[in-house]
Amino acid sequence: MSCELTRSILHGYLDGELDAARAAEFERHLLSCPQCVTELEAQESLRSTVQRAGLRERAPEKMRRNLLAALSGTTEPAKTVTPIRPKSSIRPTWWLTLAAAAVFVIVLGSRFLPNLTQGRGGDEMTAAIVDAHLRSLQPGHLEDVISTDQHTVKPWFDGRIDFAPPVHDFVSDGFPLQGGRLDVVRGKTVAVLVYGRRKHIVNVFIWPTSERDMSPEQGSQLGYNWIDWRKGGMELVAISDVSVSDLTGLQKLIAQ
Amino acid sequence: MSPGVQGSELDVLNLQERMRFEQLVLPHVDAAFNLARWVLRGRNDAEDVAQEALLRAYRFFGGFHGADARAWLLQIVRNACYSWLEKNRPMDLSTEFDEQLHPQSSATPESLAIAGDDRERLTRALEVLPPRFREVLVLRELEGCSYKEIASITSMPIGSVMSALSRARQRLQQSLTQAGTAKNLEAQREL
Repeated sequence: MSCELTRSILHGYLDGELDAARAAEFERHLLSCPQCVTELEAQESLRSTVQRAGLRERAPEKMRRNLLAALSGTTEPAKTVTPIRPKSSIRPTWWLTLAAAAVFVIVLGSRFLPNLTQGRGGDEMTAAIVDAHLRSLQPGHLEDVISTDQHTVKPWFDGRIDFAPPVHDFVSDGFPLQGGRLDVVRGKTVAVLVYGRRKHIVNVFIWPTSERDMSPEQGSQLGYNWIDWRKGGMELVAISDVSVSDLTGLQKLIAQ
Repeated sequence: MSPGVQGSELDVLNLQERMRFEQLVLPHVDAAFNLARWVLRGRNDAEDVAQEALLRAYRFFGGFHGADARAWLLQIVRNACYSWLEKNRPMDLSTEFDEQLHPQSSATPESLAIAGDDRERLTRALEVLPPRFREVLVLRELEGCSYKEIASITSMPIGSVMSALSRARQRLQQSLTQAGTAKNLEAQREL
């Protein structure tokens, strides 16, 4: 015989979908129901097996290319465009997407140039950050120090760089800290904090700057959204495939 | 590759719309493909159906004014998948799903070699579930959708999402156990 909650509330609890009162009530129930305890453990283990197995499949490059081509009203994208930096460590397939997107941006740019590049001299930096973000998503490139504990990640940067990036975990706001790494973007050593958002990754690139503070500016490239701001001698760029509103949420937390 | 008719207002509107689409919807191309891949149990069909659905989303994008572009897109992808199944593989939609009749697995030797045994086991176990169980698991565990998003994507009342997930997880566990047994039998036969 099994407790009927194993087939209902337990899953809401597992998924963090119960309101505080119901969650507390279920936790009290757990104290007196070994069946629910066992089932909760089984479900947690099933979930971590599913998540470790890497079942999420990315769209093929061909599909992205076709899509970009269809959107820009052409059937033959990218063929006439030469890769700009062929020695990059990005895999060749990415160049096709980048090239297709470049065609797209050029077409748009001819009309919307003032809007696209307004107010920033850092567009090359942004492009380099998009590249770095893509690189980081390849297996084994994401974190140098894997920890959800800000007190582990913060000291890890000490002695590796001569500035102190603001390291905070925002797990209770839905942005768990996953780790950090060092990256080189256009010859600059930058600190990168890695946050999770549901199953998505947000990279936050941080480097010291002597320029004045700047309120957040947002943009998107290749389907990745970014937000760039400067505060207290640091420039920060958060980039991800999560929505602009999610990204803004994280930006506000960091800038607090 | 010219930007189109000079100075046409319509053109400018189209470009603005396209930029908005690029910003809001294109970040979810992977999510769209992944959902189609699991509902349809195959990468090739998923590519066709997801791409078609994205273009469809683009055509209807003018009517989208909500906050959650991902849920909006995934709803369109899901509908496209079910229409495709009705037309091409109606057997998939019968409520009870018999593994013996549907042994198809899209896992390739390459993909298996990369990710190892867990991935193979789970792929098989997921693929023998009815699509309605599979989709809630994919939305929850692979896409990290909230109950509210799952409800809007699958047109299910929000109150039913928890029990749907509960049943789906139960079936996944059963199917994992059976898959284990089937594999042992297979191994014995080969000996």
